[in-house]
Amino acid sequence: MSNRVPLFRISALVFGFAFLYIPILLLVIYSFNKSRLVTVWGGFSTEWYGKLFANDQILSAAWLSLKIAAINATGAVILGTLAGLALARFGKFSGRTLFSGMTTAPLVMPEVITGLSLLVLFVAMEQFFGWPQGRGVTTITIAHMTLTMAYVTVIVQSRLSTLDDSLEEAAMDLGARPAKIFFLITLPIIAPALVSGWLLAFTISLDDLVIASFVSGPGSSTLPMVIFSKVRLGVSPDINALASIMVLLVTVGVVIAGFLMHAQEKRRQRDMQMAAAGGK
Amino acid sequence: MIAKAESPSGQRHSAGAQLILRVLQQFPPYRWTQARLLRWGVRGRTAVIAIPYFWLLLFFLVPFIIVLKIAFSETQIASPPYQPLFQWAGDKVLEIKLNLGNFMFLFEDNLYWKAYLNSMKVAFISTLLCLLVGYPLAYAIARSRSTWRNVLLMMVILPFWTSFLLRVYAWIGLLKNNGFINNFLMWLGVIDQPIVMLQTDFAIYVGIVYSYLPFMILPLYSNLEKMDLTLLEAAADLGSRPFKSFLTITLPLSMPGIIAGSMLVFIPAVGEFVIPALLGAPDSLMIGKVLWTEFFSNRDWPVASAVAIALLLLLVIPIVLLQRAQSAEARGAHR
Amino acid sequence: MATPSSRPELKIQPWNDPQAVPYISIERVTKKFGDFVAVNDVSLKIYKKELFCLLGGSGCGKTTLLRMLAGFEEPTSGKILIDGVDMAGIPPYERPVNMMFQSYALFPHMTVEQNVAFGLKQDRVPKAEIATRVADMLALVKLAQFAKRKPHQLSGGQRQRVALARSLVKRPKLLLLDEPLGALDKKLREHTQFELVNLQEQLGVTFVVVTHDQEEAMTLSSRIGVMNLGEIVQVGTPKDIYEYPSSKFVAEFIGNVNMFQGRMIEDLPDRVRIESPELGGTIFVDHGVSSAPDVLLWAAVRPEKINISIEKPDQADNVAHGVVKEIAYMGDMSIYLVQLDSGKVVRVTQPNAYRHADDLITWDQSVYVHWHPSSPVVLGE
Repeated sequence: MSNRVPLFRISALVFGFAFLYIPILLLVIYSFNKSRLVTVWGGFSTEWYGKLFANDQILSAAWLSLKIAAINATGAVILGTLAGLALARFGKFSGRTLFSGMTTAPLVMPEVITGLSLLVLFVAMEQFFGWPQGRGVTTITIAHMTLTMAYVTVIVQSRLSTLDDSLEEAAMDLGARPAKIFFLITLPIIAPALVSGWLLAFTISLDDLVIASFVSGPGSSTLPMVIFSKVRLGVSPDINALASIMVLLVTVGVVIAGFLMHAQEKRRQRDMQMAAAGGK
Repeated sequence: MIAKAESPSGQRHSAGAQLILRVLQQFPPYRWTQARLLRWGVRGRTAVIAIPYFWLLLFFLVPFIIVLKIAFSETQIASPPYQPLFQWAGDKVLEIKLNLGNFMFLFEDNLYWKAYLNSMKVAFISTLLCLLVGYPLAYAIARSRSTWRNVLLMMVILPFWTSFLLRVYAWIGLLKNNGFINNFLMWLGVIDQPIVMLQTDFAIYVGIVYSYLPFMILPLYSNLEKMDLTLLEAAADLGSRPFKSFLTITLPLSMPGIIAGSMLVFIPAVGEFVIPALLGAPDSLMIGKVLWTEFFSNRDWPVASAVAIALLLLLVIPIVLLQRAQSAEARGAHR
Repeated sequence: MATPSSRPELKIQPWNDPQAVPYISIERVTKKFGDFVAVNDVSLKIYKKELFCLLGGSGCGKTTLLRMLAGFEEPTSGKILIDGVDMAGIPPYERPVNMMFQSYALFPHMTVEQNVAFGLKQDRVPKAEIATRVADMLALVKLAQFAKRKPHQLSGGQRQRVALARSLVKRPKLLLLDEPLGALDKKLREHTQFELVNLQEQLGVTFVVVTHDQEEAMTLSSRIGVMNLGEIVQVGTPKDIYEYPSSKFVAEFIGNVNMFQGRMIEDLPDRVRIESPELGGTIFVDHGVSSAPDVLLWAAVRPEKINISIEKPDQADNVAHGVVKEIAYMGDMSIYLVQLDSGKVVRVTQPNAYRHADDLITWDQSVYVHWHPSSPVVLGE
């Protein structure tokens, strides 16, 4: 009996991770394929990478997407932190129910609806106020910030709810005013949560096709929009090359982050053990 | 010895923190907020609430109300894409006039009915498949050794950080007639004709399961991981066999995780656009795709808006289920 | 125990001096959270250099009262004055009060030194002065060599001392301590209790301590305020509270006590006699009690004030016959549970003054319990 259970668990793990990783692995392998037919192996070659870096359309779309993602993530972290702070620390205020509803609703709202409604708003705003003029980087960024601030709000709110409020009370008791407490105590402590919120907002923005398609205008095609229009026509090896680069970047990033976190945790554990053993 | 081992890290941190504090003190908004708070006391609190509140009202609630308004506005307005809205905005702003025509249109036209039903069917089947794939994996991770758990969990999340579009794209190469799977099966001699998989509902299921698997696994894992394992020992002690214990104890206890995970897959799957567009048949009827076509190809905004409202109504029950499951999990965590 | 007599500066007991000006006065303070009354019409005067303990079970309102002193909660009604200044509307960061939190609330991203300096920096104290005051304070709590460490690199006792240093470095008029020893293990707690009292005497700061631990309250305080259900039920020195509890609740809350229900049969200014069926005899008390005759009342006798003997003692009152049902040997003393003929079980403790002192009395032995007329305290309902 004791043998059968791990066998089941191991096969679940093997099957599950094979399902998750084989498609990505094949994508990477065939990016080095000489043949233009993506599924027939024609020998090793890096020519698709060369073609990718010669493709101005993809490169400029990638640059645009990175810019939007970075601005969006920064804005979303600011808005989401304010919203999370209000929800976790300010108790009851008028309109709180509507507020908390609006911060979580974008998480479950289908993308097509978010995109459609924002486009309709931008058109109406342009009609009434003359701003935003046409649609492009600004409207995409605003749309992404509205979506991703919801994720940051959830992260900040849950981090603050596990943070001992007596830390902030202690700072107040020692003479610090609320704004100072936020910058000197709360912000440094929740900084790791803000970093992960920023990364999440960045990734979601970089990844979004549907909302960006609704609110973008001529000349503001993001990377997912370019990829989508390309792959709609069929498989193309330079997209494989692009995917491989992304996979490489993400993997390296995640592995480094994981390693750093592990090392920090280990150091912390060692410190605490030493402190406990070291003296009263 | 302790002091020697710790002082370097301690000092580096304190220097870093001091630098941040020093920079902060020079930072104008910091001083400005502080000065402002000195004078007005509670104004800071109001600003903290007001900024995101205003943002969400403007960019979330107002657009939604406009969509609602357009959905109820007249169909004739929709013939050219932009002008109708101007007209509507210019002349009829104060006019409260409900036009159910767009919704009647949805009811009357078979296409929309089929699209709704098909979206529900596809979402339901893929959620079920996702649960079948995700549960064993979440279970296996939750029951593995604690040193492995975080690594395995990170491996589940890792694909999520790579492009969603590219992950769906990967399946085109796998599922094509001359794709990897067909080539492999023909090489094995299992089949001699390629099986048509791309541009079928099957491909859509695979795409959804593959893309949303982390959403299923994470809530399941966090539920299974915090389960008290002595319950299973108690059951074994009372004579229950492992599989029976799983059915009578683990499975019922993981229900909130199952519901939360299923809803997290089901809700986005209903409105999914990219997966049916890339993997499904050109005429595959998914509501997200219909909305997209109405909007971009037919330029019929009122109908697209009505489709959006109807889609949202469809999702009310799953969203309520999700919220109940999540609050049940939160309560469980506090207990 | 640190009763007032052991603490020289408190030999003059300001609370007994009608001329003394209270340092903190809490006047008819009530705090409601919705419908729940956390603190109900509390009035209290605390004097300079006192170490005042608020003692009570969980949910009795002691922490809420403390938080109102710190300024984290505003009273629903009533007034709080500190050094003659009404605290209404004054935020925590402007009060001359500091608090030591139960969780210590040390800022995890700052070193010990930065934690202690935080309060001084908020007051814009010159840098050089901050440095000397922090160093002095760390020396006082014997943490000078840990100045550069982060809180997670310290043991529980060290963290407690950092929290104390941080709250004392601003030289507050009043220091509030919320369960200051609650997070320490038993051995360390005893040691720290004395350190805390010494530090308080050395610095002359007024302390208000909240605790649920009666032993801690007895050891630390000049006076104790016992709280129950949002009200202060008795204020007094540890000795007052223990020897002369004013109600059944206080008598039962502080230490162990045997309660005998009875009826007054003789009521004179200097002595009373109570007939108690529970005891199976009469209780004679050598001090007067004001009570209406024939009313049900209780005589409370502490276990250590009861003697146990095999021979019948030569007294008519304050004695009863019973059988030993349980003996618990505690080392320094033994506890006996004696079932009286009336069926009531009485708890008696006897010091083990010499070896084998407990050998004479065994299970099911027929014994007499008896006490001195000064021992009982007569309590109404």
